[in-house]
Amino acid sequence: MEFLELQNMKIHFPIRGGIFNTIQDYVYAVDGVNMVIGTGKTYGLVGESGSGKTTIGKGIIGLEHVTGGKVLYEGVDVTNKARSRAQAYRDYNKDIQMIFQDSTSSLNPKKRIKDVIAEPMRNYFNYTKEEELNRVIELLEIVGLNENAIYRYPHEFSGGQRQRIGVARAVASDPKLIIADEPTSALDLSVQAQVLNFMQRIQKEYGLSYLFISHDLSVVKHMADDIAIMHRGRFVEQGSKEQIFNNPQHIYTKRLLSAIPKIDPLNREEHMDERRRIEAAYHEHQKDYYDENGRVYDLMKLSDDHYAALNPNISAEQLNIKGDA
Amino acid sequence: MATDNTLIEVNNLNVGFRFGDEYYNAVEDVSISLAKNEILAIVGESGCGKSTLATAIIGLHDPHNTRIEGEILYNGLDLTKLNEKLYNRLRGNDISMIFQDPLGSLNPVMTIYKQIEESLIYHTKLNDKERYDRVLELLNQVGIPKPERVMKQYPHELSGGMRQRVVIAIALANKPPVIIADEPTTALDVTIQAQILDLMKDIQEETESGIILITHDLGVVAETADRVAVMYAGQIVEEAPVDVLFTDPKHPYTRSLLNSIPNELHEDGEELHVIQGTVPSLQNLPRKGDRFRDRIPWIPDEAFDEDPILHEIAPGHKVRGNSWKYFHFEGEEME
Repeated sequence: MEFLELQNMKIHFPIRGGIFNTIQDYVYAVDGVNMVIGTGKTYGLVGESGSGKTTIGKGIIGLEHVTGGKVLYEGVDVTNKARSRAQAYRDYNKDIQMIFQDSTSSLNPKKRIKDVIAEPMRNYFNYTKEEELNRVIELLEIVGLNENAIYRYPHEFSGGQRQRIGVARAVASDPKLIIADEPTSALDLSVQAQVLNFMQRIQKEYGLSYLFISHDLSVVKHMADDIAIMHRGRFVEQGSKEQIFNNPQHIYTKRLLSAIPKIDPLNREEHMDERRRIEAAYHEHQKDYYDENGRVYDLMKLSDDHYAALNPNISAEQLNIKGDA
Repeated sequence: MATDNTLIEVNNLNVGFRFGDEYYNAVEDVSISLAKNEILAIVGESGCGKSTLATAIIGLHDPHNTRIEGEILYNGLDLTKLNEKLYNRLRGNDISMIFQDPLGSLNPVMTIYKQIEESLIYHTKLNDKERYDRVLELLNQVGIPKPERVMKQYPHELSGGMRQRVVIAIALANKPPVIIADEPTTALDVTIQAQILDLMKDIQEETESGIILITHDLGVVAETADRVAVMYAGQIVEEAPVDVLFTDPKHPYTRSLLNSIPNELHEDGEELHVIQGTVPSLQNLPRKGDRFRDRIPWIPDEAFDEDPILHEIAPGHKVRGNSWKYFHFEGEEME
């Protein structure tokens, strides 16, 4: 039994129009995605803006209506059950939490930090006032803020501190999975390092799992065990970190990897040539990697820890020759 | 070090903002020059004064609440002494700027054509036909497909990457010798970022202009810049050619910053380097002594100068103060 599993998950948004405002078509934001997150592991979800990566996170936690497929949590089907008060889904609500990208808008400006962090505890545990306070202080210490923060308001903190409060709040209900949606995109380098370190420390301490959503490949590489690359609502490649970074098969993955700026100024001419070559190959060989409707093919198993969405009619060897040409 | 190729020379520039009756310097003692055919990157974290420096050069600061000391020389002309009318003649013609947010820097109710044409009307005597040809040429130059169609469109109809290309086209309209790009790719996806950076490099080589690239992304710096200045708390702490800065960084701040990037050198589960403490706010900034001192408390007091100045330690490589000679990371021994 897997900890969290997505089976052919689909999230389609209707496009309405016409005289009677009927449904004309759908936006296939997430279109048939399979994913397994193991206990204590970090799953990195990478894609450009609009690829549907955030929508997957929202679908899991119940902020977006899942239109097809299943979300299984410890073997129980919890699809679209986040709003349910039934006892059967209580664990699922408590055990999955989210950290948002924008710390300013994800903390209630009228609430003190104590109340912000205590809210999940009040929902799920029967702590006395004193226990609650002690727990809040303990959580603040874990994320490196001191005790006198509890009676202050969110605006009194810097961006990095606020994001750490967001982490503390997510941890407050003793979750098993945290969905981190671009947790460090708005932060400076040195502050990003702090937040990432805290996330790793908490993971070790509590055996947490993360679904780490980001467009920054170097951060994902640092954090994740498994990675999925997303494009147009589907996975183009999925596998272990080593496979994705050292042995990418899909042209889109190659293109994404070659576009990351590298800190290697001595060889930058070569990077630029490589990047342009892959960019040209991407445009030239699109039809080999996407079907006639521009849809990404189904994932094909390449090895135990590596899947790629390749055209079933063309073998991987042929593609490689073309890609290198 | 003013040579014939120098486009802009900034000497001992202070930019102060007013709080109540006092001015606080957000940029202090900055001296830097930009040569023809060069990309100069200014890096630093938010609040270090890099954008303030840029707005001071192009004269977009609020004159009532800003105090500028020192000089900014362009062709022998001191920009800090210019009035608004003269500045307007310069802006867009001699110095132009590319902003971070392409949606915010384009007018939502004007077509793309009108927006690019605007600067041509203001600065040149071209007639309608000539202007049309120039706009078409510019759109082609920045790699916009189907320029005749895009011209008639509005900003919201274009994607983020296309909008940024339009902003670059506007900046290029009068072939300015100096372009200031303030975080030009921060709002874009990596693949688009790569395209825009390549485009900027191509254009720079073509037009031989000088570009001041302001960014917080060290990867972008490593891929594009020729020379780099690192800013911390309003001061330049290190200035070097790009390969030197990344292979042989000296100043403690530069070294700490480079060490906090997640990269191949970190083994699985290894923690990233964290710079202790936080950047002090403008009003609480220590005005004397080494500004980075509080963040490396394990370095002994005698390492810090009373008044650290930027000095050259090798040709083209400048470092502020002497604390770098004593610096080592916490828990490590001195090399």
